Amino acid sequence: MLDRAPQESKGGTDTRPVAFRGAGFVPSAGRYSGWIALVAVLAVWQLAGSAGWVSQLFLPAPSAIALAIWKLAISGALWQHVSWSIMRIGTGWIIGTAAGVLVGFAIGLSTLARSVGITFISALFPIPKIALLPLLILWLGIGEEPKIATIALGVFFSTAISVYSGVDAVPRNLIRMAQSFNVPFHAIVRRVIWPGALPSILAGFRITASVALLLVVSAEMIGAQFGIGAFVLQAGNLMQTDQLLAGVVILSVFGLAVGKLINLLEARLLHWR
Amino acid sequence: MDLIADHISHRFGALDVLDDVSFTVRAGEVVAIVGPSGCGKSTLLSILGGLLQPSKGAAELRGAPPAGSLNPLTFVFQDFALLPWCTVEENVAFPLENTQLSPGERRAVIDDALRRTGLTDFRGAYPKQLSGGMRQRVGIARALGVRPAVLLMDEPLSALDSQTRELLMEDFVRLLADGSMGAVYVTHNLEEAVRLADRIVVLSRRPGRVRETVTIPMTRSERGAPDARSRLMNLQGDLWSLIRTEAIDAEREVQHA
Repeated sequence: MLDRAPQESKGGTDTRPVAFRGAGFVPSAGRYSGWIALVAVLAVWQLAGSAGWVSQLFLPAPSAIALAIWKLAISGALWQHVSWSIMRIGTGWIIGTAAGVLVGFAIGLSTLARSVGITFISALFPIPKIALLPLLILWLGIGEEPKIATIALGVFFSTAISVYSGVDAVPRNLIRMAQSFNVPFHAIVRRVIWPGALPSILAGFRITASVALLLVVSAEMIGAQFGIGAFVLQAGNLMQTDQLLAGVVILSVFGLAVGKLINLLEARLLHWR
Repeated sequence: MDLIADHISHRFGALDVLDDVSFTVRAGEVVAIVGPSGCGKSTLLSILGGLLQPSKGAAELRGAPPAGSLNPLTFVFQDFALLPWCTVEENVAFPLENTQLSPGERRAVIDDALRRTGLTDFRGAYPKQLSGGMRQRVGIARALGVRPAVLLMDEPLSALDSQTRELLMEDFVRLLADGSMGAVYVTHNLEEAVRLADRIVVLSRRPGRVRETVTIPMTRSERGAPDARSRLMNLQGDLWSLIRTEAIDAEREVQHA
């Protein structure tokens, strides 16, 4: 039998509240504040341009850039440049990613591949891949191949590193669990290691998309007639700064679109997190 | 099917962890392994379950596993080891995916394991949505699904709060009641050992040696009776007096390590 204590009363009025000390250190992004800030900056920029505070040659107003984009769009030049860049990025990224995922998994799963692979990756990863473009032109000619190969190389190393880091980060207890149930090697890779490494792999995709964008612009600036990089360089040479900045805006939109695509992939594939 | 530890010794580099440990877990028997921190209990369990090769000696089986057993030696892990990207049902189904079971048989096995662990209503939940106790129930359901001969339990309740521990202990008593399944139960907790085990193997501090093997002179169903409490407390006290000095030494060793 439980001996129940009587209900306690507060007793007296000489009390004061305990001071709250737990505020702060929980930053969160407001839903509209980023857009409001962007619009405000554009408005100030436009005002500065319209009022003649800054030279239109050195910094065209947002309206001039928008007009340049519109003209490019209706002339068809925009699509021509963008489609060449997308073809180069897409092909280079897919080749680099496929090779990077294969090599990354090999390094993550095999002692031999790790011993050899990490040495090569450590030695070659720091080289700015654009520096290899002249050599690749010598090897592959002056067509699309050297540009695509430059992008693929840039993507390959980052992908391989993010994949084997992801494989290394899969909790070992999950692998031991699967082994304790006699789950075969291929099923452990498919059902435990692949999903476990996926967060790191997708984070790698985010980085390699930026690397690919950087390399395509650089490669197109060095040796291409069409493509956003070539367009930006030509506009700069002709002092057409509105068109130059139009190219920069298009690159920014492209980067944002890729980021959104990866966000969607993460939401779909990593919903369990 | 009997599980035998045959003169098992193990060392990690220069560190001797186990020294000549021998005992037998007979079919349907529950053997608890207790001992001070760092005495090699979990290492011993890994060796018994084939996840670690001993430096000397061997883990051996005698006799055939029960008919229909898909994984005679099955672990229940301290940290649950659930696949976070799989639902409760998918976690239970995971060890069955590469077996000869037909889809219908697999479904029946999963349903039975979920029912026995009270998880039927949570089959679509992900591990992150479950409490610690429910997660361990998923680990137990996954183990039951492969119809083990011996459950290898590595401190299965140590990550849980005391109330959940109590509830899961009742589940273990129920699941082990019919003697169709044996268990090796590694624990720090002497209360769990005396409530669940038929025999308790007491290991010395590192390197772990079998210091004593204690038989519990009551059936598990008798241990649930109100008058059994004081006898169990006495047993627990006797066990504690066996390992107390070494537990203090082991704790000081850990602090100075």
